[in-house]
Amino acid sequence: MANVLAVLEQRDGSVRRVSHEALTAGRALADALGGELHAVLVGPSGISADGLGAWGADKVFVAAGDTVAQYQPAPYAAAAVARAQAGDYAAVLLGATALGKDLGPRIAARLAAPILSDVTAIAHDGGIVVHRPVYAGKAIQQLKVTGKTCVITIRPNNFTPAENAHAGAVETVPVPDEAPRARTVAVKESDGAALDVAEAPIVISGGRGLKEPEHFKLIEDLAAAFGNAAVGASRAVVDAGWRPHAEQVGQTGKTVSPNLYFAIGISGAIQHLAGMRTAKVIVAINKDKDAPIFKVADYGIVGDLFEVMPPLIDAVKNARGN
Amino acid sequence: MKIAVCVKRVPDTETRVKIAADGKSIDEGGVKFVLNTYDEFAVEEALKLKEQAGSGEVAVFALGGDAAQETIRTALAMGADRGVLLKVDAPPADPFVAAQALAAELKDGGFDLILCGKLAIDDYAHAVGTMIGELLGIASASAVSKLTIADGKGTAEREVEGGMEVIEFSLPAVVTAEKGLNEPRYPALKGIMMAKKKPLEVKPITLGAGGIELVALTLPPERQEGRILGEGPDAVPALIEALRTEAKVL
Ligand SMILES: Cc1cc2nc3c(=O)[nH]c(=O)nc-3n(C[C@H](O)[C@H](O)[C@H](O)COP(=O)(O)OP(=O)(O)OC[C@H]3O[C@@H](n4cnc5c(N)ncnc54)[C@H](O)[C@@H]3O)c2cc1C
Ligand SMILES: Nc1ncnc2c1ncn2[C@@H]1O[C@H](COP(=O)(O)O)[C@@H](O)[C@H]1O
Repeated sequence: MANVLAVLEQRDGSVRRVSHEALTAGRALADALGGELHAVLVGPSGISADGLGAWGADKVFVAAGDTVAQYQPAPYAAAAVARAQAGDYAAVLLGATALGKDLGPRIAARLAAPILSDVTAIAHDGGIVVHRPVYAGKAIQQLKVTGKTCVITIRPNNFTPAENAHAGAVETVPVPDEAPRARTVAVKESDGAALDVAEAPIVISGGRGLKEPEHFKLIEDLAAAFGNAAVGASRAVVDAGWRPHAEQVGQTGKTVSPNLYFAIGISGAIQHLAGMRTAKVIVAINKDKDAPIFKVADYGIVGDLFEVMPPLIDAVKNARGN
Repeated sequence: MKIAVCVKRVPDTETRVKIAADGKSIDEGGVKFVLNTYDEFAVEEALKLKEQAGSGEVAVFALGGDAAQETIRTALAMGADRGVLLKVDAPPADPFVAAQALAAELKDGGFDLILCGKLAIDDYAHAVGTMIGELLGIASASAVSKLTIADGKGTAEREVEGGMEVIEFSLPAVVTAEKGLNEPRYPALKGIMMAKKKPLEVKPITLGAGGIELVALTLPPERQEGRILGEGPDAVPALIEALRTEAKVL
């Protein structure tokens, strides 16, 4: 009877939403395997793992210390691997975030196990079967795990966190003291961007149709009107230096799957679609009725964005009470 | 400075994907293959670092079929010194197997730095470079958009949600390249001519078994045909209504 291990991610001591998603996906897989869901949490001294049982964890192993307050590749990998080797785990799950994309391959390499990255669906059918987008989302790969264990990173915003109360028993484990060959020495916070475009439930993206960088104020205002939205951008405006690369959506930017995506003054080039086609609802505003973005949009408005945006921002403010 | 760069042959980003008859791969008919976008940044960075150091070597490694020789030639045309093709029928589906094969080849190469792309735009694994670092037991930093190397040490910056992480490491190390690291040069005609004469070694190898099996490759579900709600500002109320009642996101 195999178990599942979720490796959790924290920021300033609080467990991030993507980890609730990993626990939810892990719980479902553990149930299918008839096993337990365990979790590893590495973070600052005093970090609390209370309440993780609510998301389905049977047991949580906590390695806390000030040397691992922020992500450090070596001890984080060592802590996850130590746990993974101490039990019988069919899969190790984590979020496909900046941290997960770095940590996942380390864990897999140390376990000599395959990694299945940026997975959007997990099933159990005589073995673990996952779905993952490849070729920039232009195809979906179905892979079956044939080995004893594997590492799976899940695409953020794709598995809806669901409460499912389990024991969530907390056990303290030591912080591994593996000598680091690489160390994170600083994290320079970028101003503003509290909500990352890859993780936000709503993304408002602007493109070259905005004509000038100052006009992104319209995009920012619509995001503020929603409250829980992040600003995104096409590559054209990132390359022009109007917006930071962190906001770029698409093949050479971020892949996003928000509940709601606005493409405003964006033509819908194949490389842009690669980054947002899995959004649940897509809205496009473009003055060109033949723009390719309308082919993937659920709702479109044909028109001059400078005329459409002001009343739209007001209407959303009213609807949201922001 | 002795630098290795891992390069992969992948379909161009403009490719319209069609599924081949086997239901497990893409139909390669009419597909243009290129040097992986992120590997271009890796090659450029290697060339810059060698130029800075004033001496050294840039060697490129590809794991793939015979056609990957073209990909190696592209890197040689940019300015790399020599190439090695680890010849197999096709690159493996399991990134660990690819990392194992590349790491085995790089292990005794005496490289100060191994550069990779952050991901290959075909399999989107975002894994092989970091795995090579772990297999070799050396430092690694992934998705790096700024890199400085001096006195046997490196400093890398990588984008994380809401900021940039600054990582310090000692050489030898693996660094995987993100967009923004540099502006890759285009191979000049002279470079293309010279590339033809540069050494390219072909080594047939046997891959490890790996722990995954490719079951199927399918096209993503078509998005339901959407609706144009109207023209100009007059369409705003209809949009708000649709977001509220149909999509239930407001
Ligand atoms: C290797 C490679 C990787 C790439 N990666 C990415 C990527 O990650 N992300 C990405 O986005 N692109 C990427 N691209 C670029 C992509 O091909 C497009 O060039 C880019 O997406 C275009 O950006 P855009 O839609 O803002 O600009 P444009 O294509 O110029 O479109 C502007 C749109 O605004 C509309 N418009 C103009 N004025 C108004 C107005 N007043 N009101 C309403 N609408 C208006 C126009 O009708 C037009 O549709 C990549 C390209 C390559 C080759
Ligand atoms: N078959 C291969 N041959 C050479 N390098 C590869 C191969 N596969 C992956 N890589 C390297 O690893 C990086 C990440 O690839 P991946 O983990 O497959 O997304 C690529 O950008 C290459 O630098």
